[in-house]
Amino acid sequence: MTKRLMFKNIVKRSGRSLALMILSAFLSFSVFGGYIAITSMQNGLNSLESRLGADIIAVPDKAAHDIEAILIQGTPGYFYMDKSNMEKIKQIEGVEAVSPQYFLASLSAGCCSVPVQVIGFEPETDFSIQPWIKESYGANLGTDELLAGANINTDVGENLKFYNHICKVVGKLEKTGTELDNAVYTNGSTVKALMSAAKETGVGVLEKNDPEKLISSVLIKVKDGYDIDSISDNINIHIRHVTAVRTQNMIEGLSQSLMGISGMTKVLMAAVWILSLVIMAIAFSMIINERKREFAVLRVIGASRRTLAVTVLSEAAVIGLAGGLTGVIAGFLILFPFEGVLTDKFGMPYLAPNISNIISAALIAVISSVIAGSLTSAFSAARISRIDTGLILREGN
Amino acid sequence: MKLIGDGISKRYFRKTKKANYFYAVQKTDIEIKEGNITVITGRSGSGKSTLLNMLAGLLEPTEGKVYFDDRDIYSMSDKELSILRNENVGVIPQGQTGLSSLTVMENVVLPYYMYKKGENIEKRAEELLETVGMAELSNAYPTELSGGENRRAAIARALIQDPGIILADEPTGDLDDENTRIVLELLRKTADSGKAVLLVTHENEAVNYADIVYKMDGGVLTV
Repeated sequence: MTKRLMFKNIVKRSGRSLALMILSAFLSFSVFGGYIAITSMQNGLNSLESRLGADIIAVPDKAAHDIEAILIQGTPGYFYMDKSNMEKIKQIEGVEAVSPQYFLASLSAGCCSVPVQVIGFEPETDFSIQPWIKESYGANLGTDELLAGANINTDVGENLKFYNHICKVVGKLEKTGTELDNAVYTNGSTVKALMSAAKETGVGVLEKNDPEKLISSVLIKVKDGYDIDSISDNINIHIRHVTAVRTQNMIEGLSQSLMGISGMTKVLMAAVWILSLVIMAIAFSMIINERKREFAVLRVIGASRRTLAVTVLSEAAVIGLAGGLTGVIAGFLILFPFEGVLTDKFGMPYLAPNISNIISAALIAVISSVIAGSLTSAFSAARISRIDTGLILREGN
Repeated sequence: MKLIGDGISKRYFRKTKKANYFYAVQKTDIEIKEGNITVITGRSGSGKSTLLNMLAGLLEPTEGKVYFDDRDIYSMSDKELSILRNENVGVIPQGQTGLSSLTVMENVVLPYYMYKKGENIEKRAEELLETVGMAELSNAYPTELSGGENRRAAIARALIQDPGIILADEPTGDLDDENTRIVLELLRKTADSGKAVLLVTHENEAVNYADIVYKMDGGVLTV
């Protein structure tokens, strides 16, 4: 009956219960939403770091910003340098491995309303893209075959036409949460065929050059024990018309943004918690005051002091549970469908955590909300367990 | 079944010019006997309710002991005392004491479900509500009832566990003559069925239904 009394109290005083539930929902939403947003951005950043896969990327002079625009901001583009630069880089002491990449931006493609970034790599030397490809595509890419990033609106088996050259989509890559999901990937021979096709359609930079002799960038892996900055400096000093960019530096800005967003989110969460806890504690205290007579009657008919305290705590816990679940559901409804909006808003790579982490976060959020409800009512529960029954019953008359 | 107050008193601290404490109830001996209505009359503030609360196990006396069938109730743990009150003492408090979120029926059966479950106590509750003339209002909420109806529902609730002792604090306060008569007749019937009834009131009407009458003034109980 005490359980029934608890539920009937919650239902009968629905306005008050709803207000407390909304506060609890804010608590759990802030925990769940804050965790998911920060973790997703951190995951996105980690994913980007691992997808870049190299210690240094060498690009033509004046293309240092363009490479960041392509890889980090997702702005399609292209630039080229002579292939011989790769051999020169390879000769620098401390360089363990090099691999070229080719960039081409489509004018339009059947899949997309905006230009698509085409990224070509050499399967024989590549050490950055293939480990990622292997997660979702086991075979080697053949001529005129390509793999689509997770955000490209196409299905396996469909054909995509770039510069009147038809390529077949043979696989879709796992989501990385970065702008790399908006590109298509193919091998060197196919991308060179695309570059030739682009040249025929009059793409300026390719007009006077032989695509066979061009590369866009060189991905460089540094041997263990060598200083990446020194090697980067060596490339910049000794190889003309080439700029070496540390990949770590490329994502440093994002790292700092993440720290800022993370700090801001934590401050916001703390503010929500402090405010909600104070309001809830005051609300419970007022409710208990209003219900003193009810508790005195319960005492008269045989409720122990412990039963009174448990009744108060249980009501608060049930409200906390309901609010906690509401907050988590709201989190699901806001964070996941609007992932794209959040990515654009924060300008950060965004990769949602795996399902077990999401469930853990949801559980922690709900449990925190229940604990918060119980804690804020604990003082009132202690107070009500010490009531002077006789005095309270006389006060009302 | 009997309830005895043995030399009980209640002292409260209050800083005055004369003393820093006062006695709400002076040292008192009282026995509530089964089959009788014991009435304590007195003005408001005379200490009647304080004495009743001490006998109900709700207010520990400053001095003396309260015995329920030779057991010192204040030597029990809070849980033991609560169960004893739940099973053996039906208290009818002052004023409107129905829980507003429960119906009359739910209020009446509440003491039973406090520590037990399973038995169909609703049947007994229906009988009791019939006895107090509230059968048709069993699904009503306390806020929908008049003062007299609420008081009768409180009597039904006090009797649901079939306790040996009934302690009624101003059960006819604020009631009209008709409801006062109904309530007092109910308590008389209860005493006649073998229960020990203590009734504290400032109204003289109750004396007509009493077997034993005490008067309380300034915390002092006199015959």
